[in-house]
Amino acid sequence: MRPSQNWKAFAGELILYAMLLWGYFVFVLHYLADWLKELFDHDRWLFATVALLLMIGQAAGLEIVSSFLFQLIRRRQK
Amino acid sequence: MYFPISGTEISPFYLIGLGFIIGILGGFFGVGGSFLAGPALFAVGVPMNFVVGTDLLHIVGKSMVAARRHRILGNIDLRLAMVMVLGTIGGSEIGVQGVEALKRIAKVDLVVGVTTTIVLVATSCFVFFESWMALKLKGSDKPLQEQTSQEKDKQAFQFIAHWTHSLDWSPKLGLPHSGIKSISAWAILLVSFVGGIFSGFLGGGAGYIRMPSMVYLLGIPTHIAIGTDLFEVMVSASYGSFRHALNGNVDVLIALIMQTGAAVGAQIGAVLTQYFEGPKIRMAFAFLPLIGAGLMIYGFMTGHRIH
Repeated sequence: MRPSQNWKAFAGELILYAMLLWGYFVFVLHYLADWLKELFDHDRWLFATVALLLMIGQAAGLEIVSSFLFQLIRRRQK
Repeated sequence: MYFPISGTEISPFYLIGLGFIIGILGGFFGVGGSFLAGPALFAVGVPMNFVVGTDLLHIVGKSMVAARRHRILGNIDLRLAMVMVLGTIGGSEIGVQGVEALKRIAKVDLVVGVTTTIVLVATSCFVFFESWMALKLKGSDKPLQEQTSQEKDKQAFQFIAHWTHSLDWSPKLGLPHSGIKSISAWAILLVSFVGGIFSGFLGGGAGYIRMPSMVYLLGIPTHIAIGTDLFEVMVSASYGSFRHALNGNVDVLIALIMQTGAAVGAQIGAVLTQYFEGPKIRMAFAFLPLIGAGLMIYGFMTGHRIH
């Protein structure tokens, strides 16, 4: 596979990742803002627990998505 | 985009880009990137107490991803990591209490900012000097891919690590994965305790302190110091960010958005370590804290607003 095709494939996967992120922002994070602020103001223990769980959950989820996309790139390179 | 918890207005693209760069840095150098993330957040108006806590939370997610990659590459000494976690948590708690004390007298921005700048510049100068000396040393004649981790990792100040290994403070333990026959557990705990204080007080995983300390003071090969540090940061940053969240110092939305960029960057950074030997990695690392110090100074001089 030519290097230019590798970069096109990589760029395509990044665009797909960006689209997934945009959807995540619009449909998930945007609606979390007010609820998280409520928790922050009224229940710090729950806020701290939710913050940690959200971060771990997001990290695991994004790692699965980005690993899948990288594997797609490598398969195309072969 | 407005972030109601910290009361700041920041572009999400700035946060994603910042997370991506820090992800690469974290995966490659084994540092959490707080020396860059902290000043970069401060420069766009995030209050320093939120900088400290939010950066710690972001590091939890990023280090999870990068640590997994390094585990696959065989760069994690689990025994070392477990001992370091104990020291880091203790030190981190002291750092957290320090931030609370400064909040009460409204001196967080000034004290944490100045301390950060001094530490970053000092670390940068030392690491540059050592790696420059190490690059002048003659190493193994084997091709890079055939060298052991010790052969790849020439160090100019190995006498420091040798002295640490000679300390007769029991209990002592062996670290076969790092190529160390015997080292005092207290030495490991002391190094990680100091790193924990920096972590809790200045924010982030303090990898810019801990990774060089593991290499120069404990004699851990650079690649294993990178991977082990990331694993240990994952645990200690979880504790530190939870404590800071309880004290109202975490804007979870900022951390979540930064981590979306870091998820991709961390994978790229971890894979790149295979292609470089220890002294070159350390030499490249030496310039990074200066970027953070520059951003911090910019923040102070301009009233911390990047437009």
